[in-house]
Amino acid sequence: MIQLKMNGLEIQAEEGWTLLEAARFYGLEIPTLCHNDGLTEFGGCRLCLVEIGEGPRSKLVSSCTYPVEEGLVVHTDTARVVRARRMMLELMLSTAPGSKKLQDLASKYGLTHQRFKPRDEECVYCGLCVRICEEQMDARAIGFQNRGNKRKISTPFDARSEVCRLCGACMYICPACQLRCQGPAAETDICNACLTMEPTCLEEYGELQCWMYDAGRCGTCVQEKRK
Amino acid sequence: MNAMQEQIRSIIHKHEGLKKNLIAILLDIQSENAYLPPEALRTVASELAVPLIDIVGLATFYRAFSLKPRGRHLVTVCLGTACHVRGGPKILSEFEKRLAVEPGETTPDKQFTLETVACLGCCAIGPVVVVDRDYYGHTTIQRVNTILKKYQRGNKPKATKRVAKHA
Repeated sequence: MIQLKMNGLEIQAEEGWTLLEAARFYGLEIPTLCHNDGLTEFGGCRLCLVEIGEGPRSKLVSSCTYPVEEGLVVHTDTARVVRARRMMLELMLSTAPGSKKLQDLASKYGLTHQRFKPRDEECVYCGLCVRICEEQMDARAIGFQNRGNKRKISTPFDARSEVCRLCGACMYICPACQLRCQGPAAETDICNACLTMEPTCLEEYGELQCWMYDAGRCGTCVQEKRK
Repeated sequence: MNAMQEQIRSIIHKHEGLKKNLIAILLDIQSENAYLPPEALRTVASELAVPLIDIVGLATFYRAFSLKPRGRHLVTVCLGTACHVRGGPKILSEFEKRLAVEPGETTPDKQFTLETVACLGCCAIGPVVVVDRDYYGHTTIQRVNTILKKYQRGNKPKATKRVAKHA
């Protein structure tokens, strides 16, 4: 067992765990986007950043790729961490403002202002689709191509791939493909639905009626919050 | 088995059929064909048992590889910081005008391919233009036509000797 300190708590973790796994084991919440329990770590979205070390030499690392170390001091929600996460969210949201997952995270982190021009792309290069295609579906039909600002995810030669079985796993796992809530609020860059809306069923029946057990966040029956 | 497959098999054989030599194999195919034809990449994928998407990802990542047919001569204009302030973009637009192509394109007669590069590391002689393997330093708009003329059909490139003397 490895001893380390997380948010002031003395915790024990098994060798080979990542900081994210240790934090989740102890119920400390760290937001993630490109992480999925069934896939290898990618470390691309940088939302799971945590601060390790103390004093002026502390640094930000992605907790999903950093293995637990003996005696490590970790803080999961310092001002620096939250600032960095907000920045990452703002940048990703300006790339794909149509994504529900990103909009939900933005609301959660109190991101109400968008400084960057929205690009309306439908990809934030989290690599989930590439990894699920390779690791779970064993197909390797899609992958990253080109580089820099021309980087894209596609099949070879942008044609229908011979190894693709049209299983749809890439679309199932994509955090940018799921459309944002279609609630009563006007279309803006940041919908902040979770802050400004509430489910109608709560008022009508006195309890949530969500079939998907999403605690009123499914966004199908939302109304504007009464002030 | 067609001629191209034959050629690719011999290249792969030369590199001992190893996956780690993939870049070297692709470089050899590129120098034989002046570009990487899609069938060639498919053959390499099946011969080396490497997923096709990995080979395409690699071939599109490196600037040395091209998936589009290139012309006989490759004209590269440097647009790095030093060349930029010394007028690299003007040189580029002159080439665009003379060849009537955008960067990354090839002229219809398959003689020239125009490309840009971020920095060649010889900023002191900027703005730099490279045609095939010949470097032209301190390029001016007036010299663009002279450079192109050397490589036009029928003319033998003489610049190789001149640069060799300097080196």
